[in-house]
Amino acid sequence: MLPQKARQNRRVVITGIGPIAPAGLGIDAIWNALLEGRSTVGPCATFDAAGFPCPFVAQLPADRFDVKQVVPKSYRKATKVMARDIELAVGAAYEAVRAAGLITKAHEPADGKTTIPVDRMGCHIGAGLIAAEENELTSALATSRKPDGSFDIAAWGATGMQNLTPLWMLKYLPNMLACHVTICHDCQGPSNTITCGEASALLSVGESMRVIGRGAADACLSGGAESKVNLMAILRQHFAGRLAKASTSDDPTKVVRPFASNAIGGVPGEGGGILVLEAAESAQARGAAALAELAGFGASQSFCPDTIGADPSRDGEGISDAMQAALDDAGMKADQIDAVVPYGCGAPALDAAEASAIRRVFGDRAAKLPLITIAPVTGSCGAGFGAVAASVAVQCLRTGMLPARINGDDSQGVDAGPVAARKADVKSILVCTPSLGGQNAAIVLRRLA
Amino acid sequence: MSEPRIVVTGIGWVTGLGHSIDSVWKRLLNADSGMEPTTRFDARTFPTSFAAEVKKDFDFRGFVKDPAVHASAGLNSQFALGAASQAWKQSGLDVKPPKDPRRVGLYLGAGEGVLDFDNYVATMLHAWDAAGAKVDGLKWAAEGLKRMDRLREIEQEPNMPLAHLAREFNARGPAYNCLTACAASTQAIGEAFSILRRGDADVMIGGGTHTMIHPLGVTGFNRLTALSERKGDPTEASRPFSVDRGGFVMGEGSGIVILETLEHAMHRGATPLAEVKGYGSSCDAYRITDIQPEGRGAAVAMLEALRQAGIDPHARDAQGRPPIQYISAHGTGTKENDSIETRAVKRVFGDLAKDIPMSSIKSMMGHLIAAAGAVEFITCVLAIRDGMVPPTRNLKNPDPDLDLDYVPNVARKVPVDVCLSNNFGFGGQNDALVVTRFTP
Repeated sequence: MLPQKARQNRRVVITGIGPIAPAGLGIDAIWNALLEGRSTVGPCATFDAAGFPCPFVAQLPADRFDVKQVVPKSYRKATKVMARDIELAVGAAYEAVRAAGLITKAHEPADGKTTIPVDRMGCHIGAGLIAAEENELTSALATSRKPDGSFDIAAWGATGMQNLTPLWMLKYLPNMLACHVTICHDCQGPSNTITCGEASALLSVGESMRVIGRGAADACLSGGAESKVNLMAILRQHFAGRLAKASTSDDPTKVVRPFASNAIGGVPGEGGGILVLEAAESAQARGAAALAELAGFGASQSFCPDTIGADPSRDGEGISDAMQAALDDAGMKADQIDAVVPYGCGAPALDAAEASAIRRVFGDRAAKLPLITIAPVTGSCGAGFGAVAASVAVQCLRTGMLPARINGDDSQGVDAGPVAARKADVKSILVCTPSLGGQNAAIVLRRLA
Repeated sequence: MSEPRIVVTGIGWVTGLGHSIDSVWKRLLNADSGMEPTTRFDARTFPTSFAAEVKKDFDFRGFVKDPAVHASAGLNSQFALGAASQAWKQSGLDVKPPKDPRRVGLYLGAGEGVLDFDNYVATMLHAWDAAGAKVDGLKWAAEGLKRMDRLREIEQEPNMPLAHLAREFNARGPAYNCLTACAASTQAIGEAFSILRRGDADVMIGGGTHTMIHPLGVTGFNRLTALSERKGDPTEASRPFSVDRGGFVMGEGSGIVILETLEHAMHRGATPLAEVKGYGSSCDAYRITDIQPEGRGAAVAMLEALRQAGIDPHARDAQGRPPIQYISAHGTGTKENDSIETRAVKRVFGDLAKDIPMSSIKSMMGHLIAAAGAVEFITCVLAIRDGMVPPTRNLKNPDPDLDLDYVPNVARKVPVDVCLSNNFGFGGQNDALVVTRFTP
């Protein structure tokens, strides 16, 4: 058990969730897909991905999400400098604020009044390594070529670079997710951008929890977003051993098989989510209905035999450290947890590490403790994944339902086999995400009485 | 229960001025510049063709226990390993490692890694369908899979320096990387401090590492017109607070500090180099490119750091000095930053602002982007240690609108007990740290 020494904690609750995933923006669309076990994995609509070992993606189609609809009219121009990842975060924040019933600057209130004072509103968003939009950059690069077709850096430096819009780089700075969100909603409190791969969203949620806990803000927009559906991201995920090798003739909805003996890897996805975290006293004072309590948070670093964490240590020790730290932080025992949302991306090595961690923390209960596996439906959206997972966990606590599970099995001694959606009296859920690079973050969410 | 005190027990840096604490410090006090023509790529035709690069005599393999473990390390990871190894050694933790690795955490502000530019561009151009004005996915995948290197790609993830340091020092506690542009490593040290104060770790490895001296990095900043395009002697290009300042000059490298609870440091008999007393963080929520013109957010961050440190910005200390004896400025040398930072400091300290020496080491070391805050924090630790304040180089033509004491051109001998280190990032993040002399 990790000792926790000093404490200065205000209770933190979740008053709004704004997940975004290929099924759509908002919990309803995503929840319905999960209840039905309806996978959104398929061929790529924006470019031909069939040349990659994993030819499938999970993509949010344009007819389900238009960023222009989720920013104030006065801010529509700024959507031109938003990379896909930024669009997803801005959409998620809009939905979270709506769901929490907050009035922010985005609503252009006539009296200028916002629900939370602007200097008491923080923002912590996990982000990935944002890829430059290939067509935009390449059309500029193509202006600087030698007669043999190869790139001419002298021409680029002298004139070619002027084919890029002056603000080009700002589309791709990871902190631009938080930057646009804080501008839209006028969050002037502490703000940060965590870039630890798949652990980013929950690390951000944890940091918001601490910031509110120590009184530096009363509420935070917190979560993460990333799109892995682009050429560079797919290549890097493939190199990291995270993606399935499949054929275009395979059934895409059956590719991602978390914890299964026949698991072959994950699928690139896009999405994330923003949660409104709020001091319990702030939510109470404004009469807001809290959806769940954020009862505990823990973070850890795994020992990575290959240093970079592409090949994780199968013992899952670092992952269980984060889980245990979150339980300790919540003042709870493992047997008080009713369900777990793992990362469960379907990559065999990482699944094995997660299963080991779950068995270590939950002992004999591991085989019966329901896992909520999301990746077969949503794909893997990197820095955003933890926020989708946390939103789904909140929805389970609210509805007393567990979603369906597809494609997995029980071969690793954890409860991951196919099952339909069902009623369940879940009071507390643990969510944990391990990252490439070995960072782990876990939270405990608790149903409010 | 009172909050634990947090001390600095190790510092290390790798910069364009060298890669040992004392050699770099000596050069800063000498007002030496690290700027030279760019060598990391052929920048001769770029609007900016100079930078303060880490020199070729830096080899991270001389700093680490087993270089084979770090074979994949990109530049950011190499710089971080060099800086962190110095800090770790100075702290004494190399001789007597912490008992429980789960009580050793990391919080870095590391930038994204360097793009494999040649292979990236070749792949893009190979797959470019000019008629359709788009990249052909099939062609791209075939070429990319063939050309690009697995480890080099993975190493570009911004959390890779974290992974290397965790491995080198067997750190298994809370581990974070934040990337809030030029404020990142100040924020990282501030959050590491907050984690220690809460009791979630005993030791934190904090700081940052970054290079953007690569074709698309320079392209991006040139397009934003943020870089100095001054012709002539590169050592004169970075001109913070000068009337003829025209943008920043890129540096690269890493600054890493070891922070720990005083209790932990004392228990193992370590020597505190300084104490961290306050951390403030705010967001402008203003515009994606511009700083809030009144310096509102910057002032909020400074005030919060001072409040935590129990310092009244308007009261002189017992010796009649201003409450802060040195400010390590963000001082990038852009028109906008230097004006607004000056305004914000005046807003915070009122009439006392003019009495506080405030300099920018970016005039010599360049702007280390995500790593800037960490090397500037280390500068504060050294100013306290030696009672010396580094100068702002190239300040020969003062800006009549900027009227603080920027320590022009020559280092100054002055007793320093309390410092403020400021950094502000594109995107509106403002972070400030108060670091003081350690007194038991």
